[in-house]
Amino acid sequence: MDASAPAVSTSRSITVTINGTTYEREVEARKLLIHFIRDDLDLTGSHIGCDTGNCGACSVIVDGELVKSCMMLAVQADGASIETVEGLADGDELNKLQAAFKSKHALQCGYCTPGMLMSSTALLRKNPKPTEDEIRKGLQGNICRCTGYWNIFEAVKEASGQ
Amino acid sequence: MTAPTASTIAPEKTEVEAPAKDWKGQSVPRKEDRRLVQGQGVFVDDIKRYGMGYIHFVRSPYAHAHITSIDVSEAEKMPGVYGTLTGEEVAALTEPFFQISSEPGSHVQDYALAVGKVRYVGEAIVAVVAETRERARDASELVEIEYEPIGAIVDARTAQVEGAPVIHDEAGGNLMWEGVYDWGDVDQAFAEADKIVKIDELHFHRFNSTPLETQGALVEYNRGVGQWTVHCNNQFPGFAAIMMGPAMGVGLDKLRFVTQDIGGGFGNKITSHPQLVVCCLLARKLGRAVQWTEWRTDFHMSMSHGNERWFLNTEVAVKNDGTLLGFRTKALDDAGAWLRYEPLGGVIWTQVTPGMYRWKHIRVDYQQVATNKAPCSPNRGYSRMQHLWFTERIIDIVAHELGLDPVEIRKKNYIKADEMPYETPNGCIYDSGDYAEQLDIGLDLANYGSIEARRKDAESRGKLLGVGIGSTLDSGTNNFAQSQLINNELQFSGNNEVATVKLDLFGEIVVTLGTTPQGQGHETTASQVVADILKCSVDDVTVRSGHDTYWNSHAGFSGTYASQFAVSGLTAVKGATELLAAEIKKLAGAVFGGVPPEALELADGSVRIKDNPEAALPFMACGAIINANNAGLPDDLNVTLNCRYVYRPPFEVPDLERKFGNLTLTYSTQLHIAIVEIDPETGYYDIVDYVAVDDCGKRINPQIVEGQVMGATAQAIGAVMHEQFTYDEDGNLLTPNFYDYHVPHALDMPPLKTGSMESPSPFTELGTKGMGEGGGAGLHAICAAIQDALRGHGDAIVWDSSNPYHRVWEMLNDPAEAGGKVSVIDA
Repeated sequence: MDASAPAVSTSRSITVTINGTTYEREVEARKLLIHFIRDDLDLTGSHIGCDTGNCGACSVIVDGELVKSCMMLAVQADGASIETVEGLADGDELNKLQAAFKSKHALQCGYCTPGMLMSSTALLRKNPKPTEDEIRKGLQGNICRCTGYWNIFEAVKEASGQ
Repeated sequence: MTAPTASTIAPEKTEVEAPAKDWKGQSVPRKEDRRLVQGQGVFVDDIKRYGMGYIHFVRSPYAHAHITSIDVSEAEKMPGVYGTLTGEEVAALTEPFFQISSEPGSHVQDYALAVGKVRYVGEAIVAVVAETRERARDASELVEIEYEPIGAIVDARTAQVEGAPVIHDEAGGNLMWEGVYDWGDVDQAFAEADKIVKIDELHFHRFNSTPLETQGALVEYNRGVGQWTVHCNNQFPGFAAIMMGPAMGVGLDKLRFVTQDIGGGFGNKITSHPQLVVCCLLARKLGRAVQWTEWRTDFHMSMSHGNERWFLNTEVAVKNDGTLLGFRTKALDDAGAWLRYEPLGGVIWTQVTPGMYRWKHIRVDYQQVATNKAPCSPNRGYSRMQHLWFTERIIDIVAHELGLDPVEIRKKNYIKADEMPYETPNGCIYDSGDYAEQLDIGLDLANYGSIEARRKDAESRGKLLGVGIGSTLDSGTNNFAQSQLINNELQFSGNNEVATVKLDLFGEIVVTLGTTPQGQGHETTASQVVADILKCSVDDVTVRSGHDTYWNSHAGFSGTYASQFAVSGLTAVKGATELLAAEIKKLAGAVFGGVPPEALELADGSVRIKDNPEAALPFMACGAIINANNAGLPDDLNVTLNCRYVYRPPFEVPDLERKFGNLTLTYSTQLHIAIVEIDPETGYYDIVDYVAVDDCGKRINPQIVEGQVMGATAQAIGAVMHEQFTYDEDGNLLTPNFYDYHVPHALDMPPLKTGSMESPSPFTELGTKGMGEGGGAGLHAICAAIQDALRGHGDAIVWDSSNPYHRVWEMLNDPAEAGGKVSVIDA
């Protein structure tokens, strides 16, 4: 390699807004969005459960669309508005979904829960009164190993006022 | 300065209405949830330190190979790389891990990284540390390792054949441990039998619970005092400590284990001690905090596979009326490449030797062998699940072969309620239960009377309907003396758990546990026990989250495993709280000028004189007096308001010759019923109805108990239908991620009905029994349901615990070949 050639930059500056706060950071081009959110911004509510996009623990909402943030590069989120689990509650006041997950015992270890909540949020925005079948379809991208899902279905139903 | 007032230190606002009577028995919403639903939990990968390095492991691509050379120089030169650690360094810096096994497994030399040889695909050989995860992974690609491959053993049945490659030369062969278990008079049972049912092979397959959070650690080394802080998600730090301390040549107090939230464990997070040693050595070598988070693929390739077990040449002695007299079998456990918790699986199953049945004469010739697969370690239902699947399979195979009704044969042979407490043939004491009633509750919920009509309806739609029952035991609170049945030189026996409860300066009630919860809601249930004793609200009780060795609230067996918290953990909490309550009264008696404790009572967050409730001392005042305002108290007032209690269940060392004695304190019971519909064209099947009835004695929090029942059920469904760690003949794992290892999704879940009954344990102070591992019942119920559906359609015998659609199709199309080989002879 010619040492005098201009170096190809492998990082660039991005600007993202997460839960209403705008962050400008230099990131490596290959960095996954989930690692950017967790490691660079220390928003550790979103989790990682697999390497392959199967588990949904890293689910966030990017410009209104539900996204597995391990399937997207941080640089692709440049300019985007992102919602994560940290933005759901109003101060100390849990929102309806969070409260329903608590009252219906829809979580045990809580590791999948942030992703479940974000998928449920996206589902209820598009379909405020989902049937159980629609709830199951809406959550099929999220793995839970503790609950067997049944109480999660109940929580989403309760949050939707059903 | 203004003195703080109660309002400035008030706990989180009261969320829970006080019950009319006890907090115990109420489905109190969980304290843990408020942080977890806001993403405010602290899991191990959330923890960061200045300048920390990320660890990446270089892993073996071969199942069995000599390592001829390792060169880390290029990796270390890469910018951003902090350093490496090799097996050779580990061997120089540490001793091999202590082995639980007696000979020949005791000779195995197990280090934190591979030394000289690799023994399974995915075994860690070198650790690379760099400034980012990505850089560590890049650098690991530059580590040059040369191998000389050796033949691999992937089938336990071939491990001892002449000329088989030897995995551990030090052990002289692939047999790791063997033992003969012989109780009653088996020969006599077979002499008295009308029929002998022979089952060629049964196979319990390899899977685990795949917690969604993989393993990890952040380790800091304090050079000045030579002490490590191990932030981790290990679920049995006491065990990790006794493995790591001697290997590293350090006292246990130099190893501080800290956990907070753990993303599922299920037993799979007990044996991370090799990786934790690597982290400790690197933190010391590099002089910086190091962080390791396991990749999903690494977890599947290297961690805690559940015991794979074969049952060979099984024979069952039966009377014509279905009375079961006894059985004999050869159990062969595939331990994988290392004995990280094994061969304890070789004795744990004896906690439930006869299952739920009254047979008296049992012989098991047990062997455990090494193979070139990932090491086995505890998995939810550890070792008992395998054995109970076997006993339940026997029941249904016998029923099938003799034309008996699966309900009737169970009721005929179940241990009866009036026989409780019941001594099993090997001296275990089943504490309580009414299995027949539990079955009836399940049958009612399943609407069992309508099964034949449903079968016809399914047939009219071209489907085959089957119903299966699985009834199992969840034995809890171990007597660790059972390890002496594996190795009589071991110095483990009994059990213990610790809690502390204190009343702090401003009246806060603070509880610490020795346990390492992974979703079981310990903060909530512990507060329920405390609130009943101190006569306050659960909202007034703070239970610290997680575990910290430096809280001094742990003992040798502390942790969260083996279905014991409701007994060991909560009895410790009860003990510590009762000590605190007594001290509060003692203090108040002194303050009131010599009022005896029996004249005092606790009520509404204060201590008061029974006959004069106006004379009350709030807890806040008690805490303030003893901690900060104690002048003038009597000299002999021995009160700290900081009470520690160690619960020690009543156990003896078993008779090691006869292998006879009580091995666990409590026995929860599960009764599951599955109804399946099979499409005979494809083998595809649906679980169309599912019932789970649980009896775990007194329930502290019924909602949490039901949650455990549901979760265990889901894992059983996944295990039977989808999940398996499958290896090819070269020892490559074919299911190393969630693409190939399919765990149940929201769409996979059948309709579920749960039921419960309470048979309080006479052996525990709260009447509780440990629970949470009852998923084994689901494995059996589904296997039995498939076999029932195949009745009259080839009559294949389900012989494997793994029954994906293609296997069902094979059993339909070639029942003689694909089904189990069973014969019945007249005795």
